[in-house]
Amino acid sequence: MKIKILVLTVFYLISFLNISHGANPEKVNQISKNLRCLICQGQSVYDSQSDFALSMKILIQNKIDEGKNDEEIYDFLKSKYGEWIVYDPEINKKTVLLWVLPLILFIFGGILILRKVSIS
Amino acid sequence: MVKNIKLIAVVSLVIVSFFILLKGLNKTNNYSPDLNSSKIDFNFKAKFLYSNEETTLYELINDKDFSIVNIWASWCLPCRDEHSFLLNLKSLDKLNIIGINYKDNEINAKKFIKELGNPYSKIVVDPSGVNSIELGAYGVPETFIVDNKTKTILKKYIGPLDDEKLAELKMIIKNEN
Amino acid sequence: MLNQIGNYSLYIALLSSIIIIIQSPILLNRNNINISGRIFSLISIQSLMIIISFIALIIGFIISDFSNETVYNNSHTSKPLFYKISGTWGNHEGSLLLWLLVLSIFLLIFTITSKNLSNKYRILTLFFQEIIIAGFLLFILFTSNPFMSLFPIPNEGTGLNPILQDPALAIHPPILYLGYVGTSIIFSSSLAALISGSVNKTWAKHIKNWVLVSWIFLSIGILLGSIWAYYELGWGGFWFWDPVENVSLMPWFCLTALFHTILILEKREMFHSWAVILSITTFSLSMSGTFLVRSGILNSIHTFANDPSRGVFILCFLFILITLSIFIYFFYQNKIKNNFTKTYIVSKETAVLVNNLFMMFFLSVVLIGTVYPIFLEVVNNDKISVGPPFYHKLIVPFLVPFLIFMAIGPNLNWIKDKINKINLQQLLFFILSIIISFIFLKRVGISYLFSLPLFIASIFLFLITIKDFSVKKTNLSQKISHFGFSLFILSVLVNGVLAKEYSSNMRVGDERKFLNKTIKFESLKINENKNYQSLEANFKITDKNNSINLKPEVRVYDQPQTITSEADIESTLYSDNFLVFNILKNDGFYNVRYQIKPFMIWIWISIILISFGGILSIVKKNG
Repeated sequence: MKIKILVLTVFYLISFLNISHGANPEKVNQISKNLRCLICQGQSVYDSQSDFALSMKILIQNKIDEGKNDEEIYDFLKSKYGEWIVYDPEINKKTVLLWVLPLILFIFGGILILRKVSIS
Repeated sequence: MVKNIKLIAVVSLVIVSFFILLKGLNKTNNYSPDLNSSKIDFNFKAKFLYSNEETTLYELINDKDFSIVNIWASWCLPCRDEHSFLLNLKSLDKLNIIGINYKDNEINAKKFIKELGNPYSKIVVDPSGVNSIELGAYGVPETFIVDNKTKTILKKYIGPLDDEKLAELKMIIKNEN
Repeated sequence: MLNQIGNYSLYIALLSSIIIIIQSPILLNRNNINISGRIFSLISIQSLMIIISFIALIIGFIISDFSNETVYNNSHTSKPLFYKISGTWGNHEGSLLLWLLVLSIFLLIFTITSKNLSNKYRILTLFFQEIIIAGFLLFILFTSNPFMSLFPIPNEGTGLNPILQDPALAIHPPILYLGYVGTSIIFSSSLAALISGSVNKTWAKHIKNWVLVSWIFLSIGILLGSIWAYYELGWGGFWFWDPVENVSLMPWFCLTALFHTILILEKREMFHSWAVILSITTFSLSMSGTFLVRSGILNSIHTFANDPSRGVFILCFLFILITLSIFIYFFYQNKIKNNFTKTYIVSKETAVLVNNLFMMFFLSVVLIGTVYPIFLEVVNNDKISVGPPFYHKLIVPFLVPFLIFMAIGPNLNWIKDKINKINLQQLLFFILSIIISFIFLKRVGISYLFSLPLFIASIFLFLITIKDFSVKKTNLSQKISHFGFSLFILSVLVNGVLAKEYSSNMRVGDERKFLNKTIKFESLKINENKNYQSLEANFKITDKNNSINLKPEVRVYDQPQTITSEADIESTLYSDNFLVFNILKNDGFYNVRYQIKPFMIWIWISIILISFGGILSIVKKNG
């Protein structure tokens, strides 16, 4: 029973990992929303009208036309500009705490509550 | 006892955060990523400014030991300032200087070269700015030093060249031999 | 002249602070006397002095007194009067003075309204509050003095950032600060209650108003900021998970949790320590927010011009306050009554705990997302960006159970409730919301399948909160706020799913088709205004039934020279038409972005409803 619940919860959480953000059907917008405009202050490529961002949007469109998928485009840009350009940090050794720490806190808090509450 | 452990844990967390933030304050916010040099794609196509032929950067950086790839535009004021430094570099014979004319109007670009002199052995145009992005550039002006043999980027300068950067640039080229 | 007045009054205010800080421990030991008239008059003098210095600065801005460096750096004679005044707090120095002003006025109000409470508690609160005030005074006087003199006196100022010349942004900071500063009273009073052993019903009842007031101001402050970002930054969005926005959201989560906890403390005498911890945390978060924004450690569009010495000062001050409160907490912890009555799993108490758990989770996501990049860069020299996708991925899955809990929780009884009682009616609503969301999503398109659970949960909450208006048991203010919240979530969701966007490069006279609409770039004209020139475009958007004209602008401000785009928005109850354009380098072409944003106005209305619930709760109790 417990294992079932656990598996279901994990499955539930994972199903949200490919949430695409916003509703725009256009892929360029979707991708450029996840990219930092490197020469701006805290704006995404999508939001910015700077030369850098405008060119970036054309580049993304070109890559899509070439048949590249999202992952390939992000990887390409990461290889040019580093992790700093993507707003969606991938899960790796450096960022595991970023992703997991809130979840740990949630579980920890949940256990605290369960201990205080009687189930009778 | 448990209380003390909790206290120590919380206080040390605060102290650690304090020192990390203190260190963070002294960092500059200017960020340039490590050059993932070998991955640079030299195969994008571009047209010459003075002819309608198409070429690739790969072809351009072939004939000498080093190349300077300089991104410029006639509308960019700092580019005017750095132009004299590029002209200065022209005398080095191990080097060819390639210009990428960024999001410019052809007439203005030609006028710019006519007025200030031409340091470039070849100039290609990048009307949409995409080629510059492919190189990993941020904007204008920007300068890359490329080792022609290994096809790697040795160094890149964001922003206009100055005396200091010029000296460093010359050092790099000297040492690499 | 004004500079001297401002300066000296600040020094006098500092002096009063020091006297109060020294005197309070002495007064504490004399238990029988009431707060002496002397302390009260000191506080009044202090407030008066700070008011005078603030007025001096405002006058400096109004008469464009460029012998004052702050005025010189942030004003210009050609600015409209309204923005001259709002320019007072549109900069680092002036905004700190405003913080200080609110701090001292709040303290004065606290002193007046707490007369029937124990002397020890009041003096201790004053003591802690004065430490904070003294800290701010030192900070202002030594690192960010707004009254620095300039000589020779310049003829003209350098101007105010045009982006700040906007009515919403003129009142946004003061409102937000009222919220932030309110948390300082909560902080001081919780420490005072802890030391004087009076963390109890009476304290809860007293501090509840402060919690509500801070919470209301914070909510409205955040709302104003979002509205401003929506139309002024030309982005069409209203929340960007920008670090500076996050910083205002964190104390909001904390205050929301605190408010619910305080209610339990008041009604049932439970969760004493938790309430104190939350009070301390809330203020620490408000202060950390100030630190993060002011020190320039963040990469954000809103950061103030920065100077490392300021950052170091706030950081040390923050460190001292937090460490002090941690030690006080652990030292006096035993004084907290611990008549812990067992809570049953199905009860209002548990529901509040669950609410707190979720609030703390959301808070931790935002907090970790905001500071993790800073930590990583220092420790590892790696630079990463944490943006919207991160927050969405972590928050959305938890939002689903949270919304369902929020629907069920408020209907539970105190102490113990039966499980089976809830079922039938709620089950019915639940099934209904499944059907509604399914039909809705089917019409919109199957690609939004992943958001089905979220839709079901939010429609469920929406239906339940509407139904709750017919139940007498709970109070009206709660119903309004909770209904507002459900409306908020629903509007954001629908807005996200149904928003449509079109972007293109156009010349005057061009016409484009988009969905069933035609967008025509009709004309372009240049307007001369007092302190800017504007390029006003006229777009006509026509569909089958009607047509509207949208007139976005590109403004070129002269002092300092800046270009901004002003979107034009046509709001209706059903949807917003949003249009913004930008100048491109290609001659004659303009980048045009047109968006249809359904239910946009309901997002604003719902936040107003949420806050209104809070206001009602204060008014009802005191009226």
